Amino acid sequence: MAGGKEIRTKIKSVQNTQKITRAMEMVAASKMRKAQDRMRAARPYAEKIRNVAAHLSHANPEYKHPFLVKRDSLRRIGVIVVTSDKGLCGGLNTNVLRMVLGRMKEWEGANHGVEICAVGTKALGFMQRMGASILSHVTHLGDTPHMEKLIGPVKVVLDAYNEGRIDALYICYTRFINTMKQEPVLEQLLPISGEALGSATGHWDYIYEPDAKAVVDELLVRYIETLVYQAVAENIASEQSSRMVAMKAASDNAGNVIDELKLIYNKTRQAAITKELSEIVAGAAAV
Amino acid sequence: MAMTMHVDVVSAERSLFSGLAEFLVAPAEMGEVGVYPRHTPLITRIKPGTVRLKLPDHDEEELIYVSGGLLEIQPQVVTILADTALRGRDLDEAKAQEAKQRAEEAMRDRSASMDYAKAQAELAEAVAQLHAIQRLRKQK
Repeated sequence: MAGGKEIRTKIKSVQNTQKITRAMEMVAASKMRKAQDRMRAARPYAEKIRNVAAHLSHANPEYKHPFLVKRDSLRRIGVIVVTSDKGLCGGLNTNVLRMVLGRMKEWEGANHGVEICAVGTKALGFMQRMGASILSHVTHLGDTPHMEKLIGPVKVVLDAYNEGRIDALYICYTRFINTMKQEPVLEQLLPISGEALGSATGHWDYIYEPDAKAVVDELLVRYIETLVYQAVAENIASEQSSRMVAMKAASDNAGNVIDELKLIYNKTRQAAITKELSEIVAGAAAV
Repeated sequence: MAMTMHVDVVSAERSLFSGLAEFLVAPAEMGEVGVYPRHTPLITRIKPGTVRLKLPDHDEEELIYVSGGLLEIQPQVVTILADTALRGRDLDEAKAQEAKQRAEEAMRDRSASMDYAKAQAELAEAVAQLHAIQRLRKQK
């Protein structure tokens, strides 16, 4: 039978763990709120840029940007994998990576090569272990993602698309639905489908300065960058809420373990007292 | 009351301004442009600089610094899609080069830096084994 002291130390250690998980839960809860705000703050820009891009692509039928043209042969596929930098956030990263892995197997089965752009330490580590071909990566984005850090890695992927090294581009991240629910999604970025942009409104056209091509080129690059940024922002909000939920569960579990241990501890203590008493009584009777 | 138009200045990270204005000056690529309501539709790139807005019922102009982006003008609505970072062909190129290099390095020393996480996991496993052994010894 375990001694009273050992159980006490065990209880102490579980209590310490519980303190940590509870603190992490609260930190994640407050970060989550900010992350959600940031995610929403990015929406108007994305919406505006989508509207303008939609209009431009419909208003200029004579100029087709390569991003809008579907290629006949699909040889290599690029995937931007967005994960968190840190762990302890439930199944968030596992779900995303499992989804990507499933798709990669499918593509490789169909003889398509896969190129990876990893966002977040977890994606990078996983892809390195898998031996995937990594085009670019970015890690340690922190709680506030900055466009500046994403420009380089995204440009590498877009250049690869322009040069024909990849023929399609997907992005995989965790979509934030609500605090309790986040789900991994895989979306196509390139080529941009007409439906994604929606239909044009009206039949007028802009005056372009300096010319339509330059403006459209720049706009579409921004559009893709915005989508990636949005995915990263959404992933961070998902990460925080997922961590909050995971840490809450961990705190609750620690509470249960403590209760059980206390019960065992009290039982042992009671048993020891009873034993001692009966020994005394027996001793007295013998005299 | 003077005519007004709706002006939105948005960046990918946040919204910088949204409201009515009577007049606006922006640093377009081909030179500064001044925009009054009912301007013809126009779209252009803008250079890093200040956007000046004349708001109704305000004598002073509202100044917003933008580090480049796109200016979209429609008769009643003006949208400035501001960049949050300094952009430029060379700057972007440099960033891309840097990213490429880092990716190559990461690919090269797959064994070295990568497996910090793996090493950590192995360490944790070893520690757990040690604990188990110690416990077994105690029981004997």
